[in-house]
Amino acid sequence: MFSGAVVGVLSYLLYLAFADSANTPQSTWMPMSDNTDNIHAVYQVVFYLAAAVFILILFLTLLFTLMFREREGAVAQQFHGNSKLEVLLVGVPVLIVVAMMVPSFKAIAQNTADPPKGALEVVAIGHQWWFEFQYPEFGITTANELHVPAGRAVSVTLKSNDVIHSFWVPQLVGKVDMVPGHTNHLWFTPDTARDEAYLAQCAEFCGASHANMRFRVFVDTEAKFSDWTKATAADAAKPASELAKAGEQQFTASGCIGCHTVKGNPLAQGKAGPNLTHIGSRTTIASGILPNSAEPMHKWLANPPAVKPGSKMPNLALTEEQIQKLTAYLESLK
Amino acid sequence: MAAAHAETQHHTTTGIDNRKLLMWIFLASECLFFGSLISTYLIFRGDSIVGPLPADLLDIPLTSTSTFVLLMSSLTMVLAVFGAQHNRLGLMKGMLLATIVLGLVFLGFQVYEFRHFAHLGLNLGTNQFGASFYLLTGIHGTHVGVGVLYLASLLVASARRNGLGKEAALHVDIAGLYWHFVDIVWIVIFTLIYLIP
Amino acid sequence: MATAVGTVGHTHEESTVWKWLTTVDHKKIGVLYLVTGFAFFLIGGIEAVLIRTQLAVPNGTVLDAGLYNQLFTMHALTMIFLAIMPMGAAFFNYFIPLHIGARDVAFPRLNALSYWVLLSGGLILTSSFLFGEAPDGGWFAYAPLTDETFSPNKGLDFYTVGLVVAGLASLMSSLNFAVTIINMRAPGMTMMRLPVYMWMTFVVAFLLILSLPVITVALLQLYFDRNFGTHFFTPGTGGDPILWQHLFWVFGHPEVYVLILPSMGIVSEVLPVMSRKPLFGYTAIVMAGAAIGVLGFGVWSHHMYTTGLGTVPQYVFSASTMAIGVPTGVKVFNWLGTMYGGNIRMTTATYYSIGFIALFTIGGISGVMHASPPVDGQHQDSYFIVAHIHYVLFGGAIMGIFSGLFYWFPKMTGRLLDETWGKIGFWFLFVGMNLTFFPMHFLGLAGMPRRIYTYDADLGWDTWNFVATIGVYILVVGILLFMLNVFMTLRKPATAGDDPWGGATLEWATSSPPPEHNFDVVPVVRDRDPLWYNRDHNIPMPERPAHLHIHMPPPSYFPLVLGIGILLIGVGALSSLAITALGVVVAYYAVWGWALEPTE
Repeated sequence: MFSGAVVGVLSYLLYLAFADSANTPQSTWMPMSDNTDNIHAVYQVVFYLAAAVFILILFLTLLFTLMFREREGAVAQQFHGNSKLEVLLVGVPVLIVVAMMVPSFKAIAQNTADPPKGALEVVAIGHQWWFEFQYPEFGITTANELHVPAGRAVSVTLKSNDVIHSFWVPQLVGKVDMVPGHTNHLWFTPDTARDEAYLAQCAEFCGASHANMRFRVFVDTEAKFSDWTKATAADAAKPASELAKAGEQQFTASGCIGCHTVKGNPLAQGKAGPNLTHIGSRTTIASGILPNSAEPMHKWLANPPAVKPGSKMPNLALTEEQIQKLTAYLESLK
Repeated sequence: MAAAHAETQHHTTTGIDNRKLLMWIFLASECLFFGSLISTYLIFRGDSIVGPLPADLLDIPLTSTSTFVLLMSSLTMVLAVFGAQHNRLGLMKGMLLATIVLGLVFLGFQVYEFRHFAHLGLNLGTNQFGASFYLLTGIHGTHVGVGVLYLASLLVASARRNGLGKEAALHVDIAGLYWHFVDIVWIVIFTLIYLIP
Repeated sequence: MATAVGTVGHTHEESTVWKWLTTVDHKKIGVLYLVTGFAFFLIGGIEAVLIRTQLAVPNGTVLDAGLYNQLFTMHALTMIFLAIMPMGAAFFNYFIPLHIGARDVAFPRLNALSYWVLLSGGLILTSSFLFGEAPDGGWFAYAPLTDETFSPNKGLDFYTVGLVVAGLASLMSSLNFAVTIINMRAPGMTMMRLPVYMWMTFVVAFLLILSLPVITVALLQLYFDRNFGTHFFTPGTGGDPILWQHLFWVFGHPEVYVLILPSMGIVSEVLPVMSRKPLFGYTAIVMAGAAIGVLGFGVWSHHMYTTGLGTVPQYVFSASTMAIGVPTGVKVFNWLGTMYGGNIRMTTATYYSIGFIALFTIGGISGVMHASPPVDGQHQDSYFIVAHIHYVLFGGAIMGIFSGLFYWFPKMTGRLLDETWGKIGFWFLFVGMNLTFFPMHFLGLAGMPRRIYTYDADLGWDTWNFVATIGVYILVVGILLFMLNVFMTLRKPATAGDDPWGGATLEWATSSPPPEHNFDVVPVVRDRDPLWYNRDHNIPMPERPAHLHIHMPPPSYFPLVLGIGILLIGVGALSSLAITALGVVVAYYAVWGWALEPTE
């Protein structure tokens, strides 16, 4: 029948589009942890049930329109209802709702349970517009890039320094908000280690640069994670080249020390901005929106508010020379 | 012709006058309004970080007196309605005046309390108690004030040549509904804020 | 129209402008609401087009972040409070008395006042663009982003004041409509003989009466936080941002049913008439509407699943939220049942109602998906939600309103809108709407957050964003075609007649447009579809009496003056106490005049 064909073709095309979207870097249809596996189990049930209802209703709507549109000699059947059918029709939505509720309740229980013992403790603090990460166990404070070991639970305590933000890594964990005055929690166990970062983004409108508040999560092997914690807990590397040394001086002269911490530099203990002790090792800067290389760093240092509207880091009117020095210094902080 | 008039003016499906029904439904809305303010107060109870705290400030004997005054004003309101319903306009006017005076006395107590608390260091921004207490009782006080204006307007209108007309009883009755509601809200506030620690 | 300016002895020949400024006729007020609501709909649409143009390509440069954030905030506020609600109110105003067989609403001057106050609220909110900045904290204005530290400019004050004023207008209307429907029904019009549209109106009135006070308190508290140093919602002295969310959503959720129920009512009127058979399952649809209204107060925290509420609220609210899917499903089946076995006249109004069924269903089922907290962990604050809301609000509420426009235009103006252009416009709207909003499901699945002024190129979001932007331009063509249709139709003679559709309800038993007094003789109602009953039982229309002495309430300028007073009070709250004081004086003068004015 025509209606069936239309609905069938449409459904197939939509399926293709959904499948295509499931294969994107920040996809929510690609579970890579226990938390997102639990979500995905429910998601699939509700998604396909919803799709079935959609297909059915669309089909019936189209069918009835075509069957019962005005035609020569037809007389409309004058009935007010059908009690038996109506009761059945209440029953159907109830069944569908129950079918959705059961797996949903199961996943709520799983994902809101306490994290297992021995979980890695991380504290994530939302700032306008960057993420601070602390590992109390290792004495680490870093920003915008999170490293976690594969196969071990990571328990994240969520706080905010200013307004409401939200911690969302679509492939690793469903989002939970970071509310000032509150302490929230989430936990997840990433499946396997990989080189490529997991993309993440703030998911609660938090002001001018909400769009620019992103972060990355790296799932490492235990060995690699261990190396990372040792390296990150250590003091900053001493600048080697002349340019980098000049940059260290510039870092003080330009007032960067007022907002940023570089561990081992007693002058640089500022807490307003991200910790820069090992910025040289990060893959991105400015909270995940620019790659960490010379040209983007130049763009950023030259005029931070132009890159990130509302940025608390002002335009310091740095000269070319000053930017070169600072870039060399920051690159050296591996 | 009379029939046409009657059906547009007085006949209603339920038999209740439109204006009276309006007041009832409006008061339902006001329940949610005060409910939200009271809920806010209760949610923040005990959350004040700095003083002065309720225990430091609330004067139960004083506020019991003002509560009594407001309760008495509900009594005089009932009598005013009675007067209007039985065409005893002298009683009605006298009791309306009494209700107004008692309402003003209550407001006087409120003003005194606010100034006293402010003098002792409680302002809107001092702590959660200050914010939620002043907002809740301030809005209640405003409702009493509006009620006083309402009753005063009725009183002034009743002093005119035709007075309140044939519908005097209805108008006073409707005003009575509002006044009693404001009183009941105060009972709830007094109980929750002052009496229950 | 005769426009002789007031001359001695000719009290009915006032200028047209004065007539409209002092009208207390529910039909004229309905037209005022419709024109105003549609004007704001266009403004909201322009805001949307700008937003989509910025998002057409990654790292777009059409709008900067600040302006974008104002636009998406104002787009939602304009569409919800100044477009959909007023256009809904337009039909309530015009048709409540006609549907229940009354001559006007219970309080005609209060009715006029509601309109002037709505206009004031809309002006306050929209003028924010001119006076500094428009609110930019999102329509939901979560604290503490909206406090004076993080939003130091005046935008959020325009927000609080504008919404309190607009909310006042809605409250006044709702009280009026509730009393009217309860108390002014024609003889024989029992509650279970009310048109479904009346039932939906009734439920909406109570939803507003009970939810508006809550948001008013929230807005007052926000205003105090921003201007008087309190900390209701900011952690400063112990306040709680989550309290704002609770208060906002206790209003906000019933509000979405306020937005959709009227359109469900319209569809429930159009489909039976066009299908030439009675509505399938009247009782079920009425009960379902009431159930949605009541349950609607029990689901608000599904907007807060990700805020760290705890396990139990997640269970409770997901259960109640999914439960609401049941009465909604019942309604969809009943509309389909109405079409089944019919002889459906495929007019533009029919197209829009059938479109409603399909598109609203899509919105409904995407909503049921994120009724599940774990799934919401992915959907919340992503484009999946944006897709959901636009399917229910555009595919649902707006399509229903357009169906009502085509259905009731002949009754209101005596002219039928052009069917050919109507259908062409429908297809532009339908295709444009789906092209704009369906891809947002894909974007949500692909992890695109909402409320972001730009996005990066390598995330797989480019194509669908571009498609969505194309869609919105197609949609705009549909709107323009509608406006052209209206413009051209109004220039034609009024030849539609009393009942061009073969309607069942009382509005079709009087002329098009109806006389000021609506019905020459108040009808006696014997059945749910009064006109069809009379036709089937050969009951003739009552004779027009030889002498009609119907007294209608005279026009009054006190609603306008009181409206101005309230506007001044609001403006004063944004500028200086002196203006507020002036407003209070003006308002008090108006109230006195109003109370003493003869209504005979």
